[in-house]
Amino acid sequence: MLDSASEILRLQASGEASAVEIIKRSIEQIEASQDKINAYTCVNAELAIRDAETVDVKRKSGQPLGKLAGVPVAVKDILCTTDMPTTCSSKMLENFMAPYDATVVRRLREEDAILVGKTNMDEFAMGGSTETSAFGVTRNPWDNNRTPGGSSGGAAACVASGTVPLSLGSDTGGSIRQPAAFCGVTGLKPTYGRVSRYGLVAFASSLDQVGPIAWSVEDVAVLTDVISGFEPRDSTSLNQEPPCLSSVLQSNDLRGLKIGILEDALNSEGIEPSIRQSVIDAAETFKQAGAEIVEIQLPHSEHYVPTYYVIAPSEASSNLSRYDGAHYGHRSAKVDGDLLASLGPLAATYCKSRSEGFGTEVKRRIMIGTYALSEGYADQYYNQALKVRRLIKSDYDAAFSQVDLLLGPTTPTTAFPLGERLDNPLQMYLVDLFTVGANLAGIPAISLPAGLNSSGLPIGIQLQAPALQESRLIFAGSAYQAMTDFHKLRPDNFSF
Amino acid sequence: MTHSDEHSTETIIGLEVHVQLKTETKLFCGCSTAFGGPPNTQVCPVCLGHPGALPVINAHAIELSIRAGLAINCSIPPMTKWDRKQYFYPDLPKGYQISQFDLPICAEGHLEIPAVSEDDPTRRIGIIRAHLEEDAGKSMHDEASGQCDSRIDLNRCGTPLLEIVSYPDLRSSHEAKAYLDELKLRMTHLGISDCEMQEGSLRVDANVNLHLKANGKKIATPIVEIKNMNSFRAVEHAIDYEVDRQYDLWEETGKTIEEESKTTRGWDDTTGKTFLQREKEESADYRYFPDPDLLPIRISQERVDEIRATLGELPGETLERLQQQHRIKAYDAEVIVNQGREFISFFEEVATACDDGKRASSWFQQDVLRTMNDQQLSVSQFPINGQQLGLLLRKVSSGELDNSRARDVFQFMLTNDGEVDSAIQSLGIASVGTDELEGLCQNLLESNPQIVEDYRNGKQQAVGSLIGQAKKKNPNANPKAVRETLIKLIQTM
Ligand SMILES: [Zn+2]
Repeated sequence: MLDSASEILRLQASGEASAVEIIKRSIEQIEASQDKINAYTCVNAELAIRDAETVDVKRKSGQPLGKLAGVPVAVKDILCTTDMPTTCSSKMLENFMAPYDATVVRRLREEDAILVGKTNMDEFAMGGSTETSAFGVTRNPWDNNRTPGGSSGGAAACVASGTVPLSLGSDTGGSIRQPAAFCGVTGLKPTYGRVSRYGLVAFASSLDQVGPIAWSVEDVAVLTDVISGFEPRDSTSLNQEPPCLSSVLQSNDLRGLKIGILEDALNSEGIEPSIRQSVIDAAETFKQAGAEIVEIQLPHSEHYVPTYYVIAPSEASSNLSRYDGAHYGHRSAKVDGDLLASLGPLAATYCKSRSEGFGTEVKRRIMIGTYALSEGYADQYYNQALKVRRLIKSDYDAAFSQVDLLLGPTTPTTAFPLGERLDNPLQMYLVDLFTVGANLAGIPAISLPAGLNSSGLPIGIQLQAPALQESRLIFAGSAYQAMTDFHKLRPDNFSF
Repeated sequence: MTHSDEHSTETIIGLEVHVQLKTETKLFCGCSTAFGGPPNTQVCPVCLGHPGALPVINAHAIELSIRAGLAINCSIPPMTKWDRKQYFYPDLPKGYQISQFDLPICAEGHLEIPAVSEDDPTRRIGIIRAHLEEDAGKSMHDEASGQCDSRIDLNRCGTPLLEIVSYPDLRSSHEAKAYLDELKLRMTHLGISDCEMQEGSLRVDANVNLHLKANGKKIATPIVEIKNMNSFRAVEHAIDYEVDRQYDLWEETGKTIEEESKTTRGWDDTTGKTFLQREKEESADYRYFPDPDLLPIRISQERVDEIRATLGELPGETLERLQQQHRIKAYDAEVIVNQGREFISFFEEVATACDDGKRASSWFQQDVLRTMNDQQLSVSQFPINGQQLGLLLRKVSSGELDNSRARDVFQFMLTNDGEVDSAIQSLGIASVGTDELEGLCQNLLESNPQIVEDYRNGKQQAVGSLIGQAKKKNPNANPKAVRETLIKLIQTM
């Protein structure tokens, strides 16, 4: 029941279950899994049940109900909420209460969705394993010794562990799609600007995008419809009516669609053979549905990760300057000794508060970004990266002049063991190999479950579309799920 | 220049002027820009730099910036963008200021300043650029408590500022003052800024150094940036002080611009001295980069032309026109123009309604301005409208009312009712009939034979004293009519 929003809506409509019953079930499931999985940083049982009661009353009295009435939803702890802390899984914001709801959160509430909790993540979304969280690692529901991926690890694990059917993550370099792939669920990164960033705590403003995670493309479409659309408080939000994605769901007819298979990605060093095979199988499935498959290249793909790791930290170093302990967040209680003597009271307070409040990975990226923007280095790093970013956009433009969609793997490997890459940042950064391109180009991309490898770990394939063409992803993705059962696979030990 | 007898000395001054734009709301959020609210009451997640909050540009600030640019002959480039200027300070909650680095909204311009003295020609001062940026908050340090206790008021944070940077074209403190006067006049006249230095809506930093010729060699002294000047007078004094200080220092140390980088000095009004604030400006690295939260702004030529069309007259043009159209003196026109656009159009309405520019001008310089100042009134709050005030002055011109009687009416209109006729009625100012007037004058002449005698002996002013007496007996008696009646009666006696 908790693995499908449409099933939950049907149960309520038919009177088989009340919203309160559903939310209580969700809370129970969270309580049963939290110790093991740690998908949540905060669970708001009392408020969630109260909100569910409101929905039940509305339904009984015949009042109009929103599109997600009574559906439990979890949101990544990087989205501002007025009724739960917004921590970004950082000590810096441990008890921070935002004075407003993020636009996407407001839209969820307007559609009567029930917010049950906030999900764990890499600190300030910096990481690919949810291991940099200040509040403990999140574990993969398919194998508790492995990572659920990151940075939206909690957002993928909370769905995969059957606590909620829908969750919101954020994706700066793959942070929705990679954990979706690792956890065997579906995750969408919409076009940059399609979903407002207002209330999404900024990591890298020109790359960040909020998106949905669910088991099926169908549920992903419903949630995307709810959160998309223009927000006048966000200058980068697109001022145009988004298409209704729920209405483009397909069965198995993809005639006329031309899909480019990313050959270079399939042949890249270190790609897991089972993942390679899954992409080839998926191409065959699309072919059976009538799509034309061609091989295609993104000529500058080797530069994507280096470009990303200059631009994202540069913007992050600036965005995270506000956490100085002066106005909100962690402030060091006492500054003394050499630090005070050498820096004076103000700089010493900044220094100590930030040193204590931020974890290693965040500090590393602030250092990289500060360096890349410094006088004398900006031309070599930041400005150079902006130039390469334009080349990357033209890579995609050229590809999409030939095909409608790009097909490839979401990740080079399946979920890796916890701790394996924590001390090896370069190895960790490679998990973004196939996902950062969509962020740098601002285009939409989806990760679809594509089976399990021989160790029983989920595999994800990725479809990428031109800007604003989410409907193509939903169209092809729903056809894929109509023809395969990979999105119906569930980890053991969870009752859904 | 007091030292010119020894060496030829030239003072080099460039000014950076921050002008606060007269918008209702802040540059990137909807908070009020009103001055003087209780601390931290005009704030929101955006200007507080809260996580997740995003800036949205205030279109009115863009319009006012273009207006300002056009007023100082700047070109308006087709595209402008936003950059983050990054530094840590408690009054800067985001850790960066949204400003403009390489593509300011206004490029290259100039300002003509009037001749400072009779033998000076009008001078053209170059303007490098004008860029738009958000203001920081205000730190209040309570050093008295000995606890380094600091308080921060973020009301001002995010207020739109236009920073206008001149070339180092100014050659004396007088020229600097003339430049500031002209700049302020244009900004206030065009409704761009209030330019109140006391409220911080105009701030000036001056870059000053000297070019000397010593032993046939050209030498420049190190550049000093002076800050904290809170009036134009202070700017003049600070520059004069700095010129002398730099000269003395050069004589003492011989240090030139090549040997010492720019320093920052504050101005202390009470001691009349500048003091060192920051030694050797370590070329601060602000790590400017384009703000990814904001889109670049395209400004079409049509938009610029549209705004240019709404500029109307510049103050210099108004000055000329007032002199010609209303036949008033240059000095009087200047006083009126300095009061701003609303005042000018109020004046013109009255001048037209009474058809007597000179009379209107003298009433505006005295009665109207005094009333506004005493009662802290703006033009729109003034209790008498232009038509009624014009009607009143017309009655003075026609001799129906004398000045003192007209002032009584004016005062009555201010406090009671803005209508001239009803005011005259309420005050019981009735016109005195011919018979009544003749009777009054006859009585006066009979009891003052000496005056009749004096008048007949050619002392025409002798009747003047009778006018005063007539007014005492009947306050409604019109002095002009009294004089005429008196003369007529004497001649027929
Ligand atoms: Zn505000």
